[in-house]
Amino acid sequence: MATIFDINLFALFGQLLVGLINGSFYALLALGLAIIFGLLKIINFSQGALYMLGAFAAWIGLNYLGISYWWALVLVPLAVGAFGILMERTLIRPIANEDHLYSLLLTFGIALILQGLFSHGFGSSGLSYPMPEALRGGTRLSFMYLPNYRAWIIVFSLLVCAGTWFMIEKTRLGAYLRAGTENPQLMQAFGINVPLLVTLTYGFGVGLAGLAGVLAAPVYTVSPDMGANILIVVFAIVVIGGMGSIGGAILTGLAMGIVEGLTKYFYPEASNTVIFLVMVLVLMVKPVGLFGKEA
Amino acid sequence: MYNKKLNLVLLGLALVAPFVLYPVFLMKVLCFALFACAFNLLLGFAGLLSFGHAVFLGTGAYVTGYVMTTYGLTPELGILAGVAMSALVGLVYGKLAVRREGIYFAMVTLALAQLAFFFYLQTPFTGGEDGLQGIPRGNLFGLIDLTDNMTMYYFVLAVFIGGFLTIYRTIHSPFGQVMKAIRENEPRAISLGYKVNQYKLMAFVISATLAGLAGSTKALVFQLASLTDVHWFMSGEVVLMTLLGGMGTIWGPVLGAASIISMQNLLASGPLANYIHVVMGVVFVICVLAFRKGLVGELQKVLRKNSG
Repeated sequence: MATIFDINLFALFGQLLVGLINGSFYALLALGLAIIFGLLKIINFSQGALYMLGAFAAWIGLNYLGISYWWALVLVPLAVGAFGILMERTLIRPIANEDHLYSLLLTFGIALILQGLFSHGFGSSGLSYPMPEALRGGTRLSFMYLPNYRAWIIVFSLLVCAGTWFMIEKTRLGAYLRAGTENPQLMQAFGINVPLLVTLTYGFGVGLAGLAGVLAAPVYTVSPDMGANILIVVFAIVVIGGMGSIGGAILTGLAMGIVEGLTKYFYPEASNTVIFLVMVLVLMVKPVGLFGKEA
Repeated sequence: MYNKKLNLVLLGLALVAPFVLYPVFLMKVLCFALFACAFNLLLGFAGLLSFGHAVFLGTGAYVTGYVMTTYGLTPELGILAGVAMSALVGLVYGKLAVRREGIYFAMVTLALAQLAFFFYLQTPFTGGEDGLQGIPRGNLFGLIDLTDNMTMYYFVLAVFIGGFLTIYRTIHSPFGQVMKAIRENEPRAISLGYKVNQYKLMAFVISATLAGLAGSTKALVFQLASLTDVHWFMSGEVVLMTLLGGMGTIWGPVLGAASIISMQNLLASGPLANYIHVVMGVVFVICVLAFRKGLVGELQKVLRKNSG
């Protein structure tokens, strides 16, 4: 086994890989939060619950409706997105003009409801979702063993992140979105249907959480509290990166996953707190966040 | 005049209450009422939504529980230790959190609270998943035995009144006025020369200290300090109590805490026992959508309409 300076490379790369996978999920969730925050100026506290909903939807689809993983990958984000759109239209829209803290509390309440329903319906112990046939097994590289599904998570979520970034920064639709972030009233005056844009943005941001849920189902256990735990970490990541830039949210998510992976190798006791400690450090040095703009 | 009478009536009710209702239930309500009042000082009067207030409740509970069990201190010293530690954590966390505003403030406090949660989970003195059990209540000032629930109740009532009056005085002091000014219009407060962040920090520390007092007292009442006290769910619960009762009102958090605790007690034995989180979520949604002023706030609106 290859060792340099007493470092077990095999184990180190293993933890780096796990870190990169966690980072992919952080990136997807942080991206969704940032997109929603950009236009709606609200923090979606139910993002974690919707990620959980995505994982459960995939599980239910497979076990009761015979929907395969690949179909779930397409259908579940759409379903979760549609659920989000319903939420936006019926619950969030009526209080859009109130203090934004209320929408935070509202989405927190929705998260409690979803989490409570699923833990009653499916128990809190967690369910397992089988790996899709085509992605079983792995590749033996010179320095590590790379399970195919894990590689797939990283590649696919990076593609989704990159695609979203491209759409927002380089296309006409993205230009509308960015303009809406700057000045929604003026956009409306130019004849663009801002309320529709808001709804679709919310649906898209939430759909990303659903997508992350499907991707996560085969590697993590599908459990009702999977969303709450990851969401708090993602909040810390959002504070670290600042929500000013889409690219920043993605990069911070990935970077923090890697930091977590490295910590798991060098000092495992701190692995579940290291991201919060980084947040503390950032708050002390650059309170607006690494990619944040001075308000 | 009107308020004075009301306060006397409430005090009278509180004094006879343990003869009618279970003292343990009442003590639980008082502890959470103090916790919610402390939280409300920050949210209702300084406009800062902390989503991690469970840290201070839990820190108070753990430290008091630990020193009482290990060193056999008297309860007042045990509580003092818990409160002092909560104040210290409040100072450190407050310094970090006031660097961000609004939604970020909520996220920072939540993340910091999670940091503390993992610390308490891993550090040996808290007993991990089991928590600290069988914390002795001890003799108050070395004289009064608190083992009896009735005696304990009056002690808890005294603690609550002390905490409540502190909050009342804080709100009605010049400091409290500046706090409200910052809530209403921060740039103007800055332009008037107030060091806004220091005021926020002070409010945060007072709030954390009193939340710690609630936690310390609660640890003695239940003779237990556990991870439930520092979990994010507890932070959410205190937000709900304050929201339901009426944020920014004096009595709202008390009423909110009493309602939520009663509701949990009722649900625990009924068919909805497994749906407590769902019910609480629903109450959250209803509060936000239908009555943002909370029970006391809406009541005040009705009273004002009738008198004017």
